[in-house]
Amino acid sequence: MSETLAHTPLHDAHVELGAKMVAFGGWHMPIQYSAGILAEHRAVREKCGIFDVSHMGEIDFRGPGAIACVQKLVTNDIGKLTDGRAAYTVTCHEHGGIVDDCIVYRFGPEYLRIVVNAANIAKDFAHFRRYGEGADCTIEDVSPQWALIAVQGPTAVALVAGLAGAALGDVPSFGFGSGQIRGVDIVAARTGYTGEDGFELFVPAADAVTVWRALLEAGAPPIGLGARDTLRLEARLSLYGNDIDDTTDPISAGLGWVVKLDKGIACIGHDALAAVKLNGPTRKLVGFRVLDRSVVRDGADILGDDDAVVGRVSSGGVAPTVGGSVGMAWVPTAMAKTGAPLRVSQRGRVIAAEQVAGPFYRRAK
Amino acid sequence: MSSNVPADLRYTKDHEWARREGDVVVVGITSHAVEQLGDITLVTLPDAGTKVTAGERFGDVDSVKAVSELYAPLSGEIVEKNGELDANPERVNDDPYTAGWMIKIRPANAADFDALLDAAAYEKLV
Repeated sequence: MSETLAHTPLHDAHVELGAKMVAFGGWHMPIQYSAGILAEHRAVREKCGIFDVSHMGEIDFRGPGAIACVQKLVTNDIGKLTDGRAAYTVTCHEHGGIVDDCIVYRFGPEYLRIVVNAANIAKDFAHFRRYGEGADCTIEDVSPQWALIAVQGPTAVALVAGLAGAALGDVPSFGFGSGQIRGVDIVAARTGYTGEDGFELFVPAADAVTVWRALLEAGAPPIGLGARDTLRLEARLSLYGNDIDDTTDPISAGLGWVVKLDKGIACIGHDALAAVKLNGPTRKLVGFRVLDRSVVRDGADILGDDDAVVGRVSSGGVAPTVGGSVGMAWVPTAMAKTGAPLRVSQRGRVIAAEQVAGPFYRRAK
Repeated sequence: MSSNVPADLRYTKDHEWARREGDVVVVGITSHAVEQLGDITLVTLPDAGTKVTAGERFGDVDSVKAVSELYAPLSGEIVEKNGELDANPERVNDDPYTAGWMIKIRPANAADFDALLDAAAYEKLV
């Protein structure tokens, strides 16, 4: 099985650490290490942990037309970025469905990078090439050259600043700067997918093991994809393929804050998104918490008043820090209301839930 | 995996174990099942008096990763469930063969117990 799966530069290091390895979007990845998902989740909430997210993709845009090209591809206004700053955004189809959610990094006026989801690298690259045709820049998939290591948790910034350079402690949220760990040049971006403070480190693939070991030796435990999912769910961060996909538009998905329709360049999907904004979404992605001790999972049905299936749970599971079970669901707009009840049908049982606004977990500032 | 398969228990191919205690049969899940599930967060069991049928679902185990169904090793009536697991589901992780037991069944047919897999047969499966 593992022969056909892609390996990150840290694959063997995970196996050495005794990780439980699983197939994930075409990659052979650690779902958990010996501590287990709950202990790993807790480590990140209380101190910090490190994640191998090298399976994610990096696509670089270089040339005088890089900014104009990316502005056209993404819905957010990246024209406002300065060097060393990044922005979360989505890229859309002409029909308004989300191609991917991603982060755009501005390394310079003629050099931008888009970091994309692992399972979407080929789709994104083809989309970027198609709609970037004629732009005065090169578009290159540099994913194989880079490992990406996330260091997340309340002590993560101090740990990275201690290892890689004190100046990194001053990098603001969604900013990035360069540093060195054991002689390896890295780029540290103050971003993440856990609801905690921390960095994501771009490390040359060949040096990934050196940096990984340095972080482990500094006391940061390794965290698998299992805890990555519970952490992001508590922080109510969308997962592409679950909560958002080619058939969902960002406005209905609650990502309207990354859709800038009047930024001067019409992005791909502009007209479709403008129509959703004008007419209002027909369905919405809402957050919920379960009112009894049941654990609601992806794929459960949302019931309407007459017990007909009117919606679907897109992400659901255990919420180790906030307690109980939380999730996200697509429901008709008329049903979407903070505090309103939701009836979830799962495995022949109806489970009571309540809609919640905003993240389930918020870190102390 | 270094799964622990006690020789004095009987097993199902779905990774439940069964232990005869007088005229009832105690049921739980094996250490192999526990390893596959990871951290268990909720065990949903039927109340005493519920009838169960061999091979059919009698409850669920939620782990952080996923939900898994529990299947009755034999037919009969539940005489007791392990209420301790309600507050402490992690006991199944810590001690699947003793503190982590789930239900006690009074079998409809006591001889069904002997038809379950023995330790050697189960070990071949895992």
